[in-house]
Amino acid sequence: MIIKGLLPMSIEHRDDTGARFGMWLFLYTEVILFSGLFILYSVGLAKFPQQFAEASHKLNIYFGTINTLVLLTSSLTIALAITAIQKNKIKLTLNLCFVTIFLAIVFLINKYFEWSAEIGHGIYPGSEHLAEMGPGITAFFNLYYFTAGLHGFHILIGGTLIAVVATLIAKGKVTSDRYTLLENSALYWHLVDLVWIFLFPLYYLIL
Amino acid sequence: MTEHKHEPVPFRTFILIWFALLVLTVVTVAVSRVHLGAWNIWVALTIASIKSSLVVFIFMHLRQESKLFKIGLLTLLIIVAIFIGLTFTDVLYR
Repeated sequence: MIIKGLLPMSIEHRDDTGARFGMWLFLYTEVILFSGLFILYSVGLAKFPQQFAEASHKLNIYFGTINTLVLLTSSLTIALAITAIQKNKIKLTLNLCFVTIFLAIVFLINKYFEWSAEIGHGIYPGSEHLAEMGPGITAFFNLYYFTAGLHGFHILIGGTLIAVVATLIAKGKVTSDRYTLLENSALYWHLVDLVWIFLFPLYYLIL
Repeated sequence: MTEHKHEPVPFRTFILIWFALLVLTVVTVAVSRVHLGAWNIWVALTIASIKSSLVVFIFMHLRQESKLFKIGLLTLLIIVAIFIGLTFTDVLYR
């Protein structure tokens, strides 16, 4: 294996594979975090199947589907950004990062309109309207707001992370030779997509 | 760990996977509008699992990573399965 950068008299200590594995370990813990919420959901579904279906019908399937398409596309653009930086196409990498950030913002704007509409209908944790609909529907919406809220928070973090990495790419600190930061931010972004892949059918699509 | 760089995944591969993910999303939405009783949830979970494998193995480059990463993922899945299993041994027999 030829190691680049050994010719100058400086020896660099780096372990890209180790850095990536560290990120994966962190992502495993993120999965555990979200799986706890999904287990709560499945217990609720087993206890209140009718109420969960009824509550699910109140969610806007169009918002959910559009946001799924937005997130899948943003996952594509950040995956493409890795190939672009490996091929040393810096301009393209930056543009792909920008598209990803743009899609993250689109997702959050959609979420804003979706939640505004729901809150406008009196559906939010602790509302009297929700309490009148009984424990099953209340449990569904409390879990929905918590899980989707935590997921939205991850979108915010992931988008910020990609923005920081894009700045570093523009400054030449993240390069085609050294791009672990971009890889790890992309991994985080894909995790956000993975959570949504399960969240969407479970909350929006049950009959 | 030995330092080895991944071969760049062709743009084409990623775009094809993205297309597959879009098709699977349309399938989930379409199937969810048909009453299949308890099967609805299992179909939805199966499609979600297929979608996430595509994301994990291709988008997240797990295919190119060493065995360690794959064993890690397998361990995670077993732990989650134990969590779910133990929870339901309680919940289902109350």
